[in-house]
Amino acid sequence: MTFLLTGLNHKSASLEVRERFAISEADLPAAVQRLAQHPGIEEALILSTCNRVEFLARTAPEAVGLTGFLADYFHLQPEEFRPYLYEFRDREAVRHLFEVASSLDSLVVGEPQILGQVKEAYATARAVGAVNAELDALLTRSFAVAKRVRSETAIGSSAVSVASVAVDLAKKIFGSLAGRTVFLAGAGKMSELAARHLLAHGAGSLLIANRTAERAQRLAEKFGAQAVPFSELYDSAGMADIVISSTGAPGFLFRKEHAGRFLHRRRNRPMFFIDIAVPRDVDPAVNELDGIFVYDLDDLQSVVDSNRADRGGEARQAALLIAEEVERFMARLQTAEVVPTIVSLQEHLETIRQAEIDRVRGRLGQLSPEQEMAIETLSRGIINKIMHTPIMTLKSAARDRQETTTVIDLVRRLFNLRERSAAAKQSANESTGVRD
Amino acid sequence: MPLIWLRVAVGCYAAGLFYALALLSRRGESWRQIIVPIVSLGMAFHFVSLAEAAAIEHLTLASAHYSESLLAFLIMFIFMMIRVKYKTTSPGLFVFPLVFLLTFASAVEQAPLHFANPLLQRGWVFLHIALILTGYAALFLSFTASVLYLVQTRSLKSKHHPRQSSGLSSRLPALETIDEIGYKSLLLGFPFMTFGLVAGIALAEARFGSVYYRDPKVTLSLAMWAVYLLLLYTRWNRGWRGRRAAYLAAFAFVAALGAWIANFFSGFHRFVAP
Repeated sequence: MTFLLTGLNHKSASLEVRERFAISEADLPAAVQRLAQHPGIEEALILSTCNRVEFLARTAPEAVGLTGFLADYFHLQPEEFRPYLYEFRDREAVRHLFEVASSLDSLVVGEPQILGQVKEAYATARAVGAVNAELDALLTRSFAVAKRVRSETAIGSSAVSVASVAVDLAKKIFGSLAGRTVFLAGAGKMSELAARHLLAHGAGSLLIANRTAERAQRLAEKFGAQAVPFSELYDSAGMADIVISSTGAPGFLFRKEHAGRFLHRRRNRPMFFIDIAVPRDVDPAVNELDGIFVYDLDDLQSVVDSNRADRGGEARQAALLIAEEVERFMARLQTAEVVPTIVSLQEHLETIRQAEIDRVRGRLGQLSPEQEMAIETLSRGIINKIMHTPIMTLKSAARDRQETTTVIDLVRRLFNLRERSAAAKQSANESTGVRD
Repeated sequence: MPLIWLRVAVGCYAAGLFYALALLSRRGESWRQIIVPIVSLGMAFHFVSLAEAAAIEHLTLASAHYSESLLAFLIMFIFMMIRVKYKTTSPGLFVFPLVFLLTFASAVEQAPLHFANPLLQRGWVFLHIALILTGYAALFLSFTASVLYLVQTRSLKSKHHPRQSSGLSSRLPALETIDEIGYKSLLLGFPFMTFGLVAGIALAEARFGSVYYRDPKVTLSLAMWAVYLLLLYTRWNRGWRGRRAAYLAAFAFVAALGAWIANFFSGFHRFVAP
């Protein structure tokens, strides 16, 4: 079994490229299912957020990669996207997943949202049956690792979220945020977070427009804000000092001519656009206008990048923690391979023990409960002593893939164990879930 | 003129000059705490020198040295007002070098130049000159704010983290605050400049019977005043700020500089050695 992880993120690909690979929430179940049914793939999971698209699969060892699937799914030539992709296998794939879930690989290191997104991706994949055995164990472990990183390092508590970066920038433009109007175009989680931060730092009023009016209404009630019809988008935006845009619109929502009109109406007072939509809502050309500042997700990243250095210590600590977790998971995974052999060895010796006791039991006559117990203990003691060395050898061999196969073969031949049965495999899977 | 106090002040302002240079080369951080006390001390000595000169020499404002010194003091005064109100020393980047140059020029030991026209040496003329110098000082700070506005705009457009970008831009106040500083300076300076010019015209009418509008100094001063008015007008009417406002302010500043230089060519504002 092999883990294979291919994907692109804010570091490997620009926003333009990521936009082309983003898979919408609605399309996700079908996409995961298709990936899981791709030849050579046994389990699959797809994580698609504004900053990354990751394809995780458990494949047959001989499987070549996911390029074929990607080319197929996105109707692209492999050469077109290969430069933007990274690919990790086994240990590296596990490490990457742990880092992603722990928000170490995030645009904003330590931001809490990513874990929820990974969990959602997991739920989606599980619902369509794309995740069942090893991938399940891996994902479950990644949640635990993320929790550990959050609680044992300060990376989460000192998280500089995109939202707080946006607040810093807004303050750099407007000074005090008191009396400023914030306009949300699209009421996603991210924009909600940003709005919350801005309000917490004194922003005066909040206007919300969303294609689904109910969602805008609900959010407006939550913040004591004002919901405005989406059809009056430009009128409302023109009233705002800060516009946070996160709609799912396929093209640009705010173009230079709109921004020019806003400026005219505002008598050239500065205006701040925060574009957290993928694909983008605000034409980058808008930033060329005097007095208008547009930051999209990539820009926020470059801003946040400089933050990363600040938290180098925490990040290093988190990386150590993750390395430890990767080792532990890999070891457990390898042990899982020898477990069926250990189980059949135990079963085999137990059968012999039972048979031998049954054979001599008749000749011993009436026995006291103490004597019964003594025979039981004696026979168990013997088989445990006999099993001890082979089991230890199997477990220690598990750290090396090649040795594992050799030792498994050897033990099976020595004790004349039958081939791994489906039942043994099943119980092995169960035992990986609980054993450490 | 009591040069000793002024020279001590020049020494303090020199620290300001080095601070400004250090800011440009992105090393000004460690100086930030001490620079304001140093230049404040400079201002105290500066004030003593001005007051002493006023007491001893009966306010001979009509000397080039004295005017320069007073102008420098006024600029520092507005700078300090801005610092108290907006908690920023950023305008120091331009203010300190200019103040240093002005005070340095007036502290060198040579006989100060005086206006050739003895009529200009006392009385109401003091008011005329003081008002106009205040107008100059305010205009200069407005120009400074315009440049800082452009620097800040560029820094924001280049998309670095506001807390991380090193050097000057990281220490600049918020864009809107800079804008307000520039605008308020403009508003403050305009009445001074206007009344200064009116006083000058009234003086000329009273003393000479007519105003020499063709005198280069008078022409340039009026041009500067017109630009000043235009700056305020575009601001009120169109909300011009940023690049366009900076160009206008720069133009007004150059005109003011020209008006100052014109002291050496003007028919009756002319400086001569006594």
